[in-house]
Amino acid sequence: MIGEPPNPGGLVCKVSGMIVEKSGADILIEALCDLGVEVVFGYPGGAVLPIYDALFQQKRIRHVLVRQEGGAAHAAEGYARSTGKPGVVLVTSGPGATNVVTGLADALMDSIPIVVITGQVATHLIGTDAFQEADTVGITRHCTKHNYLVKDPAKLGDIVHEAFHIATSGRPGPVVIDLPKDVQVATAVYRRPSETTLHKNYKPQVKAETALIEQAVEMLGRAERPILYTGGGVINSGPAASQLLRELARITGAPVTSTLMGLGAFPASSEQWLGMLGMHGTYEANMAMNEADLILNLGARFDDRVTGRLDAFSPRSKRIHVDIDRSSINKTVRADLGLVGDVGRVMEDLIRIWKARSPTQPDLKAWWKKIEGWRDKKSLAFPPSKREIMPQHAIRALWEATRIKKPIITTEVGQHQMWAAQHFDFEQPNKWLTSGGLGTMGYGLPAAIGAQIGNPNALVIDIAGEASILMNIQEMATATQYRLPVKVFILNNEYMGMVRQWQELTYSSRYSESYSEALPDFVALAEAFGWKGLRIENPDALDGGIAEMLAHDGPVMVDCRVAKLANCFPMIPSGAAHTDMILQAEEVSGEMDDEAKALV
Amino acid sequence: MMHIKTELTERHTLSITVANEPGILARIAGMFTARGYNISSLTVADVTEDHAVSRITIVTAGPPGVIEQIIAQLDRLVPVHRVVDLTELGPHVERELALVKVQGTGDHRIEALRLAEVYRARVVDATTSSFVFEVTGGPEKIDKFLELMREVGLVEVARTGVAAIARGKEAV
Repeated sequence: MIGEPPNPGGLVCKVSGMIVEKSGADILIEALCDLGVEVVFGYPGGAVLPIYDALFQQKRIRHVLVRQEGGAAHAAEGYARSTGKPGVVLVTSGPGATNVVTGLADALMDSIPIVVITGQVATHLIGTDAFQEADTVGITRHCTKHNYLVKDPAKLGDIVHEAFHIATSGRPGPVVIDLPKDVQVATAVYRRPSETTLHKNYKPQVKAETALIEQAVEMLGRAERPILYTGGGVINSGPAASQLLRELARITGAPVTSTLMGLGAFPASSEQWLGMLGMHGTYEANMAMNEADLILNLGARFDDRVTGRLDAFSPRSKRIHVDIDRSSINKTVRADLGLVGDVGRVMEDLIRIWKARSPTQPDLKAWWKKIEGWRDKKSLAFPPSKREIMPQHAIRALWEATRIKKPIITTEVGQHQMWAAQHFDFEQPNKWLTSGGLGTMGYGLPAAIGAQIGNPNALVIDIAGEASILMNIQEMATATQYRLPVKVFILNNEYMGMVRQWQELTYSSRYSESYSEALPDFVALAEAFGWKGLRIENPDALDGGIAEMLAHDGPVMVDCRVAKLANCFPMIPSGAAHTDMILQAEEVSGEMDDEAKALV
Repeated sequence: MMHIKTELTERHTLSITVANEPGILARIAGMFTARGYNISSLTVADVTEDHAVSRITIVTAGPPGVIEQIIAQLDRLVPVHRVVDLTELGPHVERELALVKVQGTGDHRIEALRLAEVYRARVVDATTSSFVFEVTGGPEKIDKFLELMREVGLVEVARTGVAAIARGKEAV
């Protein structure tokens, strides 16, 4: 045919007059390519066969076949969190879509940009209870930032572009595009949309008002006991924001603490670092929050795991809250000054105005002296053991052995996650991938796979528990297929440890269903999947076992048998104040009242 | 023993302009249920020439902090253009329409008709033993009218819910 434009992807195009029409499936691929998408995590099925056929006929986008759709969502999250680029998922209708729901809820809670394309039955079958039909837009409405049902292939290109813009801008989050099978087959014209034709009403505020920034500088300059309370927003704002945070800490001399999601934004080796705050945070971080006269919240959201009992939270402080999501400000804790904007941009302005004014700050020596006193409590200390491997010691040994490689660490959810947050020190952002808000067991292995795909040369380790790892164990096959050298380091105590810990604390040690009965032989399991399997059973073998894990250049599963009844401390019991911290295991006992039992 | 505590609430009328796209009502109503907010009344219709924009009026109740959150949560929904708290903004007009069916004969029937006149309700249907009245006004007027009609044979009510707009020349 004369005059037909070049067809780089080898896609089949239909020509009507001079304008080239493409199938919905090809439009999708074309739009994804225009958006710079390199990899898609997915699983095929009836309602996405046209898209899979289009994928087959091109070479620009790599498809990673997971073993269950839930794994695809977490892999996309891991990819996004470790690379800063949006993660993309492709799954079929019905069960394919419902299986990604947990991942969507997880990404919404932790503000992770992912775009999930779900197949749907043909438009004329929608609402007829067709085979593998589910009301995907209905089901995912409240666990996505936004979602679409596309009924016209001519609108598909614009919707894909808009979906990526919404997922990645403002407060990032998951977006679903539900694509009926007939829309994948029908043809239309695709044009790369211009910026001006898209998202007329969606304009997140990234820059805070100068007058408010000046007010913040004034408050910060007057504070005698300031603290920087940082969160996942600093990571989401990009690597530059982490650099700005270091600068802001340097010029103000304030101590820095972080939420679980914000770890890595500020270097753990800094003298100004207090460690994580909240339920399993350090004594110094929580006491400093309690006694501060000024809290500068940078991209954190006063989560209940951070504040403890709200009416006792930081009683003498003024609070400045910087968040790109206006609804985060005054949601649980009233802010004296709320700044809506991107935390990186706000810090940039704060630093600029601070330097221009160079405020005469009160002497912070007395404040730091107090902090040193709290530090002396050594709240992360744990009882040593020669017989058993203490889980905290195992994490510390893992950190010692790998820190030079700047590994990416993922976790599952539970005690091991908190021990990793406490004892693995991070110096850089995007190295710590964990399910914070939703607390999704089974997150770590698929997230590690996604991170390894996005960072082929990085050392990626999933610090896991023996219960959590079984929740997405099928993804071992994905790692095998793509020769991903991920390491899974299981702290095996034969308990759902955090559940057991709460049962000890709240229900007089009635261990209702929290024992990990009938565990597999993890070494044999690893070998069955073509992985290397290792078991570490005593403290003397720990360093050697870790070295052996690191020496193998394929995937390794380590079954590290740790002290069975160790608990995670320090701990602020649910509903207690920061000052009511439990520092050591001996303090744990008995039964709690109904008010405490009702709290999560 | 533990008991669930309740807080004092205030009533607010919100005007929300949204992109007129499929699922928008479910998105808004669902946000209220998902976050445990209250909807006393909700009305919606498209209001622009090209049918691209709908205006939703929601009457809600909650403590001041919750009202602030409701507005912020509505505002962050992608298809929401603008949220205006008419109660906070100042003087505004609220109107709803009710269709009220009353059965009865004799004195009740005469009294119903007389009360309807007082409330400027129009008769839109009549049989020898019933009327359907159409009445418009603020929610309090409608409530009062229904209270009176209950005494003279009210059998059925259909209410539209509140539509509201700010007083004065400025458009929100």
